[in-house]
Amino acid sequence: MTTFADPSPPAGAPLPPPSGGPVADRPNRRRRVSSTKLVEMVGSAVAALALVWVVFAVTGVSAPLGMAFAWFAVFFTIYGILCWRLYGILIAKDRMADVGIWGGALVALGTLAAVIIYVILKGAAAVFTDFPHFLVADMTHLGATASITQLGVGAAIVGTIEQVGLATIITVPLGVMTATYLVNTDNPYSRLVSAVVDAMTGAPAIIAGLFIYILWVAPHHETGKSGFAAAMALAVMMLPIVTRAAQEVVAIVPGSLREAALALGAPEWRVLLRVVLPTARAGLMTAVILGIARIAGETAPVLFNAGGLEAYNWNPFVGQQDNLPLRIYENIFQPGAVIQQSAWGASLVLVILVLLLFMLARFLGRGGAGRRSFVPWARRRRSSTLENA
Amino acid sequence: MLAPPPAAPGSPVVDEQPITINRSVTRADRIFRFALAASGTIVLIILAAVVVFLAKHGWRAMTAGGLHFITDSSWSPDSGRYGAMSLLVGSIAIAVVGVLIAGPISIAAALMINEYAPIRMRSFLTGAVDMLATVPSIVYGFWGLELVSNLQAAPAKWLVDHFGFVPFIRTPTPGEFVQSIFACGLICAATLVPIITSVSREVMAQTPRDACEAALGLGGTRWGMVTDVIFPFSRDGILGAVLLGFGRGLGETMIVVLVLSKANKMVWGIMGPNGLGSIAKQITEDFPTATPIDQSALIFLGLVLFVTTLLVNIAARQIVQRGGRS
Repeated sequence: MTTFADPSPPAGAPLPPPSGGPVADRPNRRRRVSSTKLVEMVGSAVAALALVWVVFAVTGVSAPLGMAFAWFAVFFTIYGILCWRLYGILIAKDRMADVGIWGGALVALGTLAAVIIYVILKGAAAVFTDFPHFLVADMTHLGATASITQLGVGAAIVGTIEQVGLATIITVPLGVMTATYLVNTDNPYSRLVSAVVDAMTGAPAIIAGLFIYILWVAPHHETGKSGFAAAMALAVMMLPIVTRAAQEVVAIVPGSLREAALALGAPEWRVLLRVVLPTARAGLMTAVILGIARIAGETAPVLFNAGGLEAYNWNPFVGQQDNLPLRIYENIFQPGAVIQQSAWGASLVLVILVLLLFMLARFLGRGGAGRRSFVPWARRRRSSTLENA
Repeated sequence: MLAPPPAAPGSPVVDEQPITINRSVTRADRIFRFALAASGTIVLIILAAVVVFLAKHGWRAMTAGGLHFITDSSWSPDSGRYGAMSLLVGSIAIAVVGVLIAGPISIAAALMINEYAPIRMRSFLTGAVDMLATVPSIVYGFWGLELVSNLQAAPAKWLVDHFGFVPFIRTPTPGEFVQSIFACGLICAATLVPIITSVSREVMAQTPRDACEAALGLGGTRWGMVTDVIFPFSRDGILGAVLLGFGRGLGETMIVVLVLSKANKMVWGIMGPNGLGSIAKQITEDFPTATPIDQSALIFLGLVLFVTTLLVNIAARQIVQRGGRS
């Protein structure tokens, strides 16, 4: 771009008034929510609330969800009619769409808030009475007479960490290699693999559990149920998730980087290990952690396979193991307020665990490629280059 | 492109031909390529193994039951009847209710994130919607059983009282409105919203920006731009997204296990307990204590569910991809 011909006025000279108007005629920058619009909305909302309140009070119905829904519907109608009378049908449609779209998004947000707050309210008592105890104790005292301070999810946490860890170890190399294959190859076979990965992403969780039960647990009879079996079922669920996410990350590694390395004579496997993966590092971490967060909450795959032992079992390969979602499931159906409370406590622990993982993934993903280094060899390489220089 | 200058007479033309580089593939790279292709094949093997193993173990019950499997609605292993009609219809009904509720919410959320929200809010909204997918389904189920199933009872009663003439809107057992197919679908919608939102959002984002701006520049309202530019462009993609959500809803397990009451009766009403069943629930609850022949029948049910969701998913992906390309 050349800026030589820039006709800037000499410094100090007043700006010439734009043709056809006085200097004060600035572009009219409208505020997003004008005060009239706000008044119309609040007015409609109050009118709708009053109307719904009266109707519900007169009929004597008490239904919070129904009332909220009716309020929104009446507000929508009143606001629509108001805008139609004031501005005509076109603007009215636009305004109603605004309200509908905000409403839909708020319903999604409200659901998230509602489920998290409800779990906190119900589970906090179990987790925070005698604080770390619930996180380290096991469920061996489970019974009708047990108090909440005797129960804990320690064994379940150990099981979840080991099973999810094993599933991750199985899945990540396979998933990343499959993703690389799908990105680098375009033939009917790779398209078939890609379609299968897509289709498996939405496969029912219970099928993974059933499959591993038939394949592994049933042939081994008594000794079949173990943390490893559960990990395999989780891996079946996790593989497509990790593959699909890794594929997206690997695909955006600039082709010029790969081609430069290849042109310098690097073999393909080194290009993958030294160029593609380090470039995609942040994205890959995000993908893997999101996959972990997704499967850590899966109940159905581990249902027939983990066994659900109440006591600690540190060895995932021998003997039954517990698992957080499985523990919730087992305790929900047992009678007794205390056991229910422990199920809520376990739910809270599980929700906190997956949400922490989720936020970690978002945090890492924000870093962008190559800004931080999480892989030891990258840091080593950089320092050795400095020494050589 | 400039035409190549005519060669001077007598000059050798051979020099101008591109030389071929014979890049020999080393043994390490050949092994590497093979390993990549092999890992891709493992995914296919897993899929094939799932189908083969389920078919092998479900065969016994299927050949014993025959066509009654679909036409009979009574699943009572004690009397040797394996009729899955109620379970099939129930699973589909839950997915349909879930999609009908989650679809509009998801499209609104997608439009919100893409077009309506202030720039700074967008990443927060995307995160919140993704977070809905991270909350475990057993937690949704527990929450739904204790809270939502009871909260929705009054609106459900009102619907049945005033719109009972509409097909399906009635209750199999008069007077009760909890633990119903409708309640299940309502709670499942929470898990369907993230998938439908993210897919339809990606498709909508591919709408040519200049077409959107042209609509606005001609004086159209923002909603006019959405209905006249974005929706026609991304119609296929949104349809595919909804279909993906439907597939997910078919296989939803833990929510249905916790919320739905178990009766497996073939009734054409979705608002009350003790009506239709669900495949995933039946497998989850009965499998651990079933006799071998019952297990075989349940495995066959699993196969039916798996193949159905697989086909729905493949169809949905095809539609999404076609929509994105046009």
